[in-house]
Amino acid sequence: MRRPQVRCAGLLAIALLAAAAPAAAQDTPADVATIPIAYITERVKELPPFSLVDQPTADNGLMGARLGIEDNNTTGKFTKQKFTLDEAVVPEGGDVVAAFRGLLAKGHKFFVADLRAAQLLAIADVPEAKDTLIFNVQAKDDALRGEQCRANVLHTMPNYAILADGLAQYLMWKRWANWFLVVGTGDHDKLFAAALHRAADRFSATIVEERVFDATPGARRTDTGYAQIQKQIPVFSQDVSNYDVLVVSDERDIFGEYLQYRTWDAHPVVGTQGLVPTTWHRSQEQWGATQMQNRFTKFAGRWMTERDYSAWLAVRSISEATTRTNKTDYASVNAYIRSPEFGVAGFKGQKLTFRDWDGQLRQPVLLAGPRTLVSVSPQEGYLHEFSELDTLGFDRPDTTCKLKAPAQ
Amino acid sequence: MKVGVTVAAVVLIAVGGVRSAAAETIYVTNEKDNTVTVVDGATLEVTRTIPVGQRPRGITLSKDGKRLFICASDDNEIQVFDIAKQEIVGTLPSGPDPEQFILAPAGNPLYIANENDNMVTVVDVDTGEKVTEIPVGVEPEGMGISPDGKTLVNTSETTNMAHFIDTESHEVIDNVLVDSRPRFAEFTADGKQLWVTSEIGGSVNVIDTATRKVIKKIGFAVPGMNAEAIQPVGVRVTRDGKLAFVAMGPANRVAVIDAHTFEVKDYLLVGQRVWQMAFNADESRLYTTNGNSNDISVIDVASLDVIKSVTVGNQPWGVAVAP
Repeated sequence: MRRPQVRCAGLLAIALLAAAAPAAAQDTPADVATIPIAYITERVKELPPFSLVDQPTADNGLMGARLGIEDNNTTGKFTKQKFTLDEAVVPEGGDVVAAFRGLLAKGHKFFVADLRAAQLLAIADVPEAKDTLIFNVQAKDDALRGEQCRANVLHTMPNYAILADGLAQYLMWKRWANWFLVVGTGDHDKLFAAALHRAADRFSATIVEERVFDATPGARRTDTGYAQIQKQIPVFSQDVSNYDVLVVSDERDIFGEYLQYRTWDAHPVVGTQGLVPTTWHRSQEQWGATQMQNRFTKFAGRWMTERDYSAWLAVRSISEATTRTNKTDYASVNAYIRSPEFGVAGFKGQKLTFRDWDGQLRQPVLLAGPRTLVSVSPQEGYLHEFSELDTLGFDRPDTTCKLKAPAQ
Repeated sequence: MKVGVTVAAVVLIAVGGVRSAAAETIYVTNEKDNTVTVVDGATLEVTRTIPVGQRPRGITLSKDGKRLFICASDDNEIQVFDIAKQEIVGTLPSGPDPEQFILAPAGNPLYIANENDNMVTVVDVDTGEKVTEIPVGVEPEGMGISPDGKTLVNTSETTNMAHFIDTESHEVIDNVLVDSRPRFAEFTADGKQLWVTSEIGGSVNVIDTATRKVIKKIGFAVPGMNAEAIQPVGVRVTRDGKLAFVAMGPANRVAVIDAHTFEVKDYLLVGQRVWQMAFNADESRLYTTNGNSNDISVIDVASLDVIKSVTVGNQPWGVAVAP
């Protein structure tokens, strides 16, 4: 999976920030209702993109939220509603909870949380956050939809189980049922690998071999570095009998790309690299997505990422609620989003809705190759009594979530 | 002389013969191929394939029936096709990414939805000049015009609204919220109703044009079919106001609706991902474009039978019928 990239400095980033900065205080006519939304993130330092071919992603997630506000305000011109974005970008290691409390003190009720799992739970558990609506637009951890679920959190980013199931359905459609699983040593590598194990059980695939790839993040390969890797990968991947695909879990994107074309046996690589299950991809042009891609690229000067898309969906969900109910208060908006009437259009061919048992947005999963879309799950033939989207991830009977208010 | 009289009589019959509905020609834009397929209405065979601009989508006949206007979306222009010459003879400015458009009943101007730009562009087809641009909602597509030419309606896919625009002042005078992702807007011939399809909402919203309120939401159900697959796009209402036809996208069917009672009478199975439709001049036939099966279907309106499918180019999008 392409990891989100953040470039701190650079003229381009500054220019973009300046260009996209909220408009200076304007007189809002008395009959226009203002809906403030807060965005909070911890700006974690990340390595440069793995490949020269990848784009740097300045303001990952934030750009999606900002475009969402613009789109909301286009609708708002007609419905007399104005949306604003209050941005709290906390430096790495900074006090996210303090920044969150600051936003609460300003009266914010709607939050776009672009945070890792630990920080997300920390803010959701702040006692004053009980009557707020927090959208998780980054963390894929399955636990957040299970034992660590929270009543005040909705997830637009899909969790690992949804992505693993989306991939597994396609692999089974192809009859590539024997998997060689390669897992990195990072924490998220292990989380995705656990979801892949669950998916294999669910969809009757067999993990014939599992190996750990011990790689540490470092400089990109230096000149003629390919010579070393060409020898290392075959040795690493030899002696695996009878597999159809190599499934890799390398969330940090530090070694997975090396596997394709170098393994001992000739088999496709899928997972976090190769054929990737994802919620958004730059090649996605179906169901009117071309227009979204054009609008975003023009707005942000770069391709839309998973986090941008998830943040955009969160902001759009709020507008969908205020437009349909013609109300802007937290209680009405929160109730409507969680009601059966709610649906948000996300360029995936059907309306997207939140699961009432764990707050996860149910959605199709894109299966993307490096340059094109290969397929979309759920695959034809996987049936469900309520929604075929519920064949992906944690269905109602599977859930370990007991929705509760934050701990006092 | 006897022979001469017979010959003359034969010639007279040939020239003065009744023009049957099947003498028409059907033009289909192929979004993926960058071509227009020409189908003969009598034989229902493809007669020609014409290269046009990039990503051709909307196609419409000029009022005098002599030209076709084609949206070349990725070329950001409208192409003008001369039917007698059977070739592109010029272009019109359109604003960026034109998808759908509609001609004023008088034949001029042309109102164009710029999908990328949140605008409707108004173009004079005789001078080739842009008259003005009207800001609308996000991702405008559907365009409808009242029979008296005074009210233009544009639907915005992401804003979920039908914008009513006064064609003299070019001002938006009203905005009606409809169900999710509206794609198409069609006035009835008497101007009293506006039918708007909602692709993600899965419904048709019927709006009373006098009050500008939604008076009816029509839903659809096909036995054994997932509700999510029912995605209405194109809609056409007969001139006599009796029947409405709705293209339902990946449901692969055209819904037939009693336009007085709003009841769905039937679902006609056509090709895959049916989006747009066009009647012929006397409304005896309805042609549909089936984007994912690369064909068009021919519906006999009197019997409500799908009589034939004709293979055209890749990803057929729009269709226009020249008499």
